[in-house]
Amino acid sequence: MRRYTIALVLSAVLLSPATRADEFTTTDVDRWQGEFDSVAKKGRELWTSGAVGTNGVACAQCHPNAANTHPETYPKFQKQLGKVAQLFEMVNWCIKNPLQGAALPADDPKMTALVAYIHKERKGVAIDAGKH
Amino acid sequence: MTRLITRRSVIAAGAAAGTLTTLPISMVRLAFGGTREDFSFTYISDSHIQQIKGASFVRNWDMGLKRAVAEANLILPEADFVMFGGDLAQLGKKEELDHGAEMLSHLKGKLHCVMGEHDYYLDLGEYWSKLYGPQWYSFDHKGVHFVVLNSILTTDEWTFHRWPTAEQRMLEMAGLDNPNGSPFMVGEKQRAWLKDDLGKVSKDTPLIVFSHSPLQKIYKGWNFWTDDAEQVQELLQPFKTVNVIYGHVHQIQYNQIGNIAFNAVMATAWPWPYPDTYAQAGAHVPVLTVPMNRADPFFERDATGWQMIDVNSGRVTARYQLWDNQERVVGFDPRLGKPVDKKYQEAIVRKAPQLHY
Repeated sequence: MRRYTIALVLSAVLLSPATRADEFTTTDVDRWQGEFDSVAKKGRELWTSGAVGTNGVACAQCHPNAANTHPETYPKFQKQLGKVAQLFEMVNWCIKNPLQGAALPADDPKMTALVAYIHKERKGVAIDAGKH
Repeated sequence: MTRLITRRSVIAAGAAAGTLTTLPISMVRLAFGGTREDFSFTYISDSHIQQIKGASFVRNWDMGLKRAVAEANLILPEADFVMFGGDLAQLGKKEELDHGAEMLSHLKGKLHCVMGEHDYYLDLGEYWSKLYGPQWYSFDHKGVHFVVLNSILTTDEWTFHRWPTAEQRMLEMAGLDNPNGSPFMVGEKQRAWLKDDLGKVSKDTPLIVFSHSPLQKIYKGWNFWTDDAEQVQELLQPFKTVNVIYGHVHQIQYNQIGNIAFNAVMATAWPWPYPDTYAQAGAHVPVLTVPMNRADPFFERDATGWQMIDVNSGRVTARYQLWDNQERVVGFDPRLGKPVDKKYQEAIVRKAPQLHY
């Protein structure tokens, strides 16, 4: 009897829509998209303001609309780094050199924002890691 | 001539061999009959000198302009004059214009300047004009009529009434991809002046027109664009031989519209992507254009440079001096009636780095 009750409770829990991980609504999707868009918007502000550097140079000076950044090609071999590198490593290269700033950790919210903006501007382009 | 030789390579080869065995092309007097002579001038553009604060400036951009000036001064035979194609400064500040002007002052020969939007939108060209004079003008040289236009003007509403401060106006126009910017135009007043100026010139006289923005419409989103381009072109089309040379785009571009051959010039500061690489815009570059190589960001001066411009029979050959790349030569082909790259025009001979995506 006890075993039967546990099974019943378990099945009720499993069948309840609120606890099924693959159930989400358009409201959820809109919220998640909104979260992404707000981070990408922050990325656009950093991209155009020069705030991640020290000399006033902004990413957008060379990369209007984040063009010529090719996020879909990472990770890829960078001959100058002598290894397969990720997109954030190239972002840091630009922050350190043309922008004369300090490299950001890979999971720094500013780096996430910059990478989100780059990808947003590249939306729809097929992934092609390793491409040159 | 199958192998094009740069003056620099000739000088180097001549120095190595102890004698000049081949004449550089700019010294070869080809087909310029009558009273006109062939000649060359140098073209430096888009240095974007940027003040950090006080006496400190962005080193990278300084080095581009310094290098162009130094190299242009080494060329022999000396060019007839030097053009600077605009955007001497980044944010139009007196300090930036003064710092850039100081570097340009080391150039040998007469200097003519074109106004860029980065020179203009802080004080509407006032300080620039103190240094370099009128914002549009013409002159004649060896049988060619030269016209310099200020093509980066825009509407009165945007210029005078939209922004609370001059600094903000400058910043809004300085962002290439900023949707708050405004399309460039030559404007009615200057077009009237141009019509009058050209009215005094024979239709057989070759014309070379300098503007900062392209006098053709390429991509409005980045202001690779002049809003009244067609109206300006209409004034130029009656002339048999017309060349337009523009800066602003920081890349090799060329095109032919009717009688008008177009050549863009490189920046000394940094290169720009071709507009068709922006995935969210349906932009196109002129189909004639074989792009410059994709820039290698690890080489600070890659995809920047300056130009030697040869004028033969009133037509322009732009010799792109690319610092970390092979020279590119784009000249008018009288047989085809349009500018072509002397080496890479055919798709089959193009190189992988010339593919942009």
